[in-house]
Amino acid sequence: MSGVQRATASDSNAITSPLLSVRDLRVRFGTKRGVAHVVNGLSYDVAPGETVAIVGESGSGKSVGVMALLGLVPQPPGRVEGDVWFEGRNLATASERELRQVRGNRVAMVFQDPMTSLNPVLTIGRQLGESLRLHHGASRREADARAVELLDLVGIPSPRQRLGDYPHQFSGGMRQRVMIAMGVVTNPSLLIADEPTTALDVTTQAQIVELVQELQQRLGMAIVWITHDLGVVAGLAHRVLVMYAGRIIESGIVDDLLGDPRHPYTRGLLASLPRPGRDRPARLFAIPGLPPDPVALPAGCAFWERCSYRLDDTERDSVPALREVAPGHHVACVYDVPAIERT
Amino acid sequence: MSGDTLPEVSDTLLEVSDPLLEVSDLAVHFRARGKGVVKAVDGVSFNVRRGETLGIVGESGCGKSTTGLALLRLVEPTAGSVRLDGVELAGLRGGALRAMRKRVAMIFQDPYASLNPRLSIGDIVAEPLEVHGLHAGRTARRMRVDELLTMVGLDPNFRTRYPHELSGGQRQRVGIARALATEPDVIVADEPISALDVSVQAQIINLLEDLQGDLGLTYLFIAHDLAAVQHISHRVAVMYLGRIVELADRVTLYEAPAHPYTQALLSAIPVADTAVERARTRIVLTGDVPSPRDPPPGCNFAGRCPRAEDACRDVDPVLEPLRVGHDVACLVARRELADGDSPAAVTRP
Repeated sequence: MSGVQRATASDSNAITSPLLSVRDLRVRFGTKRGVAHVVNGLSYDVAPGETVAIVGESGSGKSVGVMALLGLVPQPPGRVEGDVWFEGRNLATASERELRQVRGNRVAMVFQDPMTSLNPVLTIGRQLGESLRLHHGASRREADARAVELLDLVGIPSPRQRLGDYPHQFSGGMRQRVMIAMGVVTNPSLLIADEPTTALDVTTQAQIVELVQELQQRLGMAIVWITHDLGVVAGLAHRVLVMYAGRIIESGIVDDLLGDPRHPYTRGLLASLPRPGRDRPARLFAIPGLPPDPVALPAGCAFWERCSYRLDDTERDSVPALREVAPGHHVACVYDVPAIERT
Repeated sequence: MSGDTLPEVSDTLLEVSDPLLEVSDLAVHFRARGKGVVKAVDGVSFNVRRGETLGIVGESGCGKSTTGLALLRLVEPTAGSVRLDGVELAGLRGGALRAMRKRVAMIFQDPYASLNPRLSIGDIVAEPLEVHGLHAGRTARRMRVDELLTMVGLDPNFRTRYPHELSGGQRQRVGIARALATEPDVIVADEPISALDVSVQAQIINLLEDLQGDLGLTYLFIAHDLAAVQHISHRVAVMYLGRIVELADRVTLYEAPAHPYTQALLSAIPVADTAVERARTRIVLTGDVPSPRDPPPGCNFAGRCPRAEDACRDVDPVLEPLRVGHDVACLVARRELADGDSPAAVTRP
């Protein structure tokens, strides 16, 4: 990838002070088998209006890591440590009441399965209106009018007629639109989206991604988008954090990270994607083995066992720290993995 | 065969050999409670040759999974014919049906839901052997189980473990071992990788290809992930609302898709390359898939089709060859070819 794109893309997090600042976030759970170390020292910033994608496979800690930001990890069995600075206050020390305030107003959350987030026995209009009446003291009539506006905003045809419909009368994509409408009701500064398109068909996914991007432009909110899909990341993110075994193992501007991945894990993930068309690789690259058990994390690099670049035992004893390999591009690997030759 | 490349089905074989699996006008209709008939599969025809992988793609509700289930008579077809090696499967009963099921095995999407949690891995893999009376005797059966586990890349010691002790990828390997137990000719794989992590998906795809090379298996690979389907398949059928709308070899389908629905699907697949994503012009489909209970007259896709013409709303297009080996059910694609317009004017980055 060219350096030109790098320069333009990095504008997004220059100058402005961050909206969200996460410092050394750790989450562990007591389990029957022992203590599971799920998130092991996450630190990152999100600038206002920026889209940050957090990428990882199941068990990487990507979802728990954002749940913990908003006090949504039950304690016990969980235990959360670290600081979460958001709009000038530390959510890690905030009361439950303050957290509710933040969740209802400043931060919107959208999850993978909209059906489980919607109440099946209440009409869509009622559920949309609820938060308006609760948080803003709107009358029934005002709430209905605003609900129609919101459904229209997220592209639901004939919104007035659909206010009286129940969630099961909507398709998966439409339900996710409703969830997004409910999220942006209060003009939040941050949208956290946890695999919001994973359960959707590819054409519907494209519609939802486009909708979120439109809303972001219109409302100026920052987005933290959690996904395992590097394709979605390419079309959506400004910056990418790749997680493995509860840590960030690579971060950078999307062009750098996808165009010139430097961590053996990121590189393996990208190489393992099937590419349609004539230039079909004879065989997909497959990362051997499995991620480590969070109850028995190795002392050193968590990827060592599966790494095709490892030379010796160097990384076995201590966890490699994130180091800058190019402006704004950080990698937690002691090796200088050569740049990819692209055809 | 080393399994290093997509096992080639030689052209001569493709032309000469009789298809192993012949499906014609297959229909599966369900009676919906008081609300008429849902046409989940509505007249599907295709052939698969020995050693070939036919991919079936489509979005949820298009009938791709029901098609797979109907082949094994796990749902009863309403109409149509399925022939395996020339033998009609409709109407088979008892022993004859069991014998057929020995030759056609299935791999499911969620290996957790499809493995009995109370059975050990060894018992799960041995179950089809028992049902079909193969490798009788404790020692023989255990040797066969060990062999099957080894074939799918699992240590034979896994036989004493239980599904919950395994990762998703390992469970899917068990599902594959179970499918291989009866030495089937055909494997119907229904979304075999979509519940797995990206890095594990590649392991399973490679395994399926290796097994095809080693055992000469014939696959029907059903999935919504067009990139994965195009990787593993020789030919790909695209389904929409119970019908096949396009059927072509994998390269043609990618480089010269003729049906507007295929074009839209291709244009919506996210690619992990920012240059591709920025250059992309997505064909955005409006609306949702119409209900299979009440399909519109004319072409099923006309209501969402960006290129629909008046005739599309009246005439129900038939799946016919556009060129040799490239079947399309679309009036517009056909007319454009006749007019000498470039069909499938999709620009690829």
